[in-house]
Amino acid sequence: MSLYAARKRSNRIAMGLCTVAAVFGIVWLVLILAVLVWEGVSGLSWRVFTEITPSMGSTTGGLLNAIVGSLMMVFFAVLIGTPLGLLAGTYMAEYGRYEKLTHVVRFINDILLSAPSIVIGLFIYEILVAPFGGFSGWAGSAALAVIVIPVVVRTTEDMLLLVPGQLREAAAALGLPRSVIIKQVAYKAALAGIVTGILLAVARISGETAPLLFTALSNNFFSTSMTQPIASLPVVIYNFTKTPDENMQQLAWTGALLITFAVLVMSIIARALSTRMKK
Amino acid sequence: MSTGTNRQPASPAIPAGPLTEKVSVRNLKFYYGNNLALKSIDLPLYDRIVTAFIGPSGCGKSTLLRVLNRMYDLYPGQHAEGEVLIDGRNVLGPDQDVNALRAKVGMVFQKPTPFPMSIYDNIAFGVRLYEKLGKSEMDERVESSLRRAALWNEVKDKLNASGQSLSGGQQQRLCIARTVAVKPEVILFDEPCSALDPISTSKVEELIDELRADYTIAIVTHNMQQAARVSQFTAFMYLGELVEFAETAKIFTAPSDKRTQDYITGRFG
Repeated sequence: MSLYAARKRSNRIAMGLCTVAAVFGIVWLVLILAVLVWEGVSGLSWRVFTEITPSMGSTTGGLLNAIVGSLMMVFFAVLIGTPLGLLAGTYMAEYGRYEKLTHVVRFINDILLSAPSIVIGLFIYEILVAPFGGFSGWAGSAALAVIVIPVVVRTTEDMLLLVPGQLREAAAALGLPRSVIIKQVAYKAALAGIVTGILLAVARISGETAPLLFTALSNNFFSTSMTQPIASLPVVIYNFTKTPDENMQQLAWTGALLITFAVLVMSIIARALSTRMKK
Repeated sequence: MSTGTNRQPASPAIPAGPLTEKVSVRNLKFYYGNNLALKSIDLPLYDRIVTAFIGPSGCGKSTLLRVLNRMYDLYPGQHAEGEVLIDGRNVLGPDQDVNALRAKVGMVFQKPTPFPMSIYDNIAFGVRLYEKLGKSEMDERVESSLRRAALWNEVKDKLNASGQSLSGGQQQRLCIARTVAVKPEVILFDEPCSALDPISTSKVEELIDELRADYTIAIVTHNMQQAARVSQFTAFMYLGELVEFAETAKIFTAPSDKRTQDYITGRFG
């Protein structure tokens, strides 16, 4: 009897500790979001989306060039990174599942996955910016693509490995060649998971500042030229928070709110997709 | 398995006249890495006859089945020695097109494995690869395959529904329809009913009974009544060896090997 009572007591203590830890973690997150919404919403207006970044002392201006620049660089980074990641992940899970090369690639990919993004920025600076005469949107996209690739490789491999071998055998038993099995059976079964991975990669690079500092730099004017320096939301936020100008600081808050909201939406979609995948 | 040998159901009759060997297994050895899993198997599969493979778990009956369509080719470290002749041609040779072989030797698995696509596409998928059929011809092929698998009446109004939305027994019949659709000559069943309820099981068994008229069939089963019900020949395997191969009626009433006798009376296995 006393043993049972003691067990109940230790259960209550453990439960209490877990609850405290969970609340402690969530409180900071909620605080961050609350401050962000509090400070950001007041600056939300149409001019944020229709006007370009202001100069010091101005009371107008928006984030148009930064939003467009971010969208373009993220778009091209995903365009470059997704096929590469998808193909590498497919090799690892399908063709080279039992090869030594796959273990090597997986190991290197895991390192890349956790590489500090500023190191990736410096790397692109050395191979694309310094030798080819200047900062550009392409260099920014390349740096972001280097972040996208390992995320997509990892999720593609993981999701394809989740596809039951029986499904592949069943397709092979009909006389279907491997390429058809991969394209029409394995990809179809893993689709939701792979899309989730790509969305998470987009969410991840949307907020990256460090890899863009030495590659895309920024631009105070509206530009859609990928061969020129181009503005982006994270870099503009970074630059504006360092100024004493209140209008610029307000735009930085609003920009931060926009990124956070976009990332939140993507995460929710990714979450919904992966739940559907697991059912 | 509590039923004694004397209560075995009657197995289907063997047609009169000489039997033709559709598949001949000759001195077949199979290795998982260095591990010898099949020890020199010799076995015929007769045309339009159902042959059952029985034996305790791990005896190599599924392995033998997977050699016949070279399913083992998907995995490194597995290899076969000896010969498997289909219509007199060795299909284990390096010049054999594995995909063509598998189109000719269909397989139905233990767990139903519908593809993540519609019922219609589950069947049309394999056909499209080998034949260029027009829309109406394909519709016809899908319908006849589903009728063949006794599934048509249950799914004709929802051909666009996902194959995975069907019940387990329906899924298994969908897999049989899919296999029949590519017009194979041999069909291998690897414990096709072990995941099914008794009603679905009897439907699948009836189906095998009907398919016998047109195909050479091999079935692996753990259920001895099932072997007795559906097959005309039975191969009893034990520890990677073919212990006994004979007409089903003989295996279940007068086996010549002591081990066969022990297994079918439930003394081990």
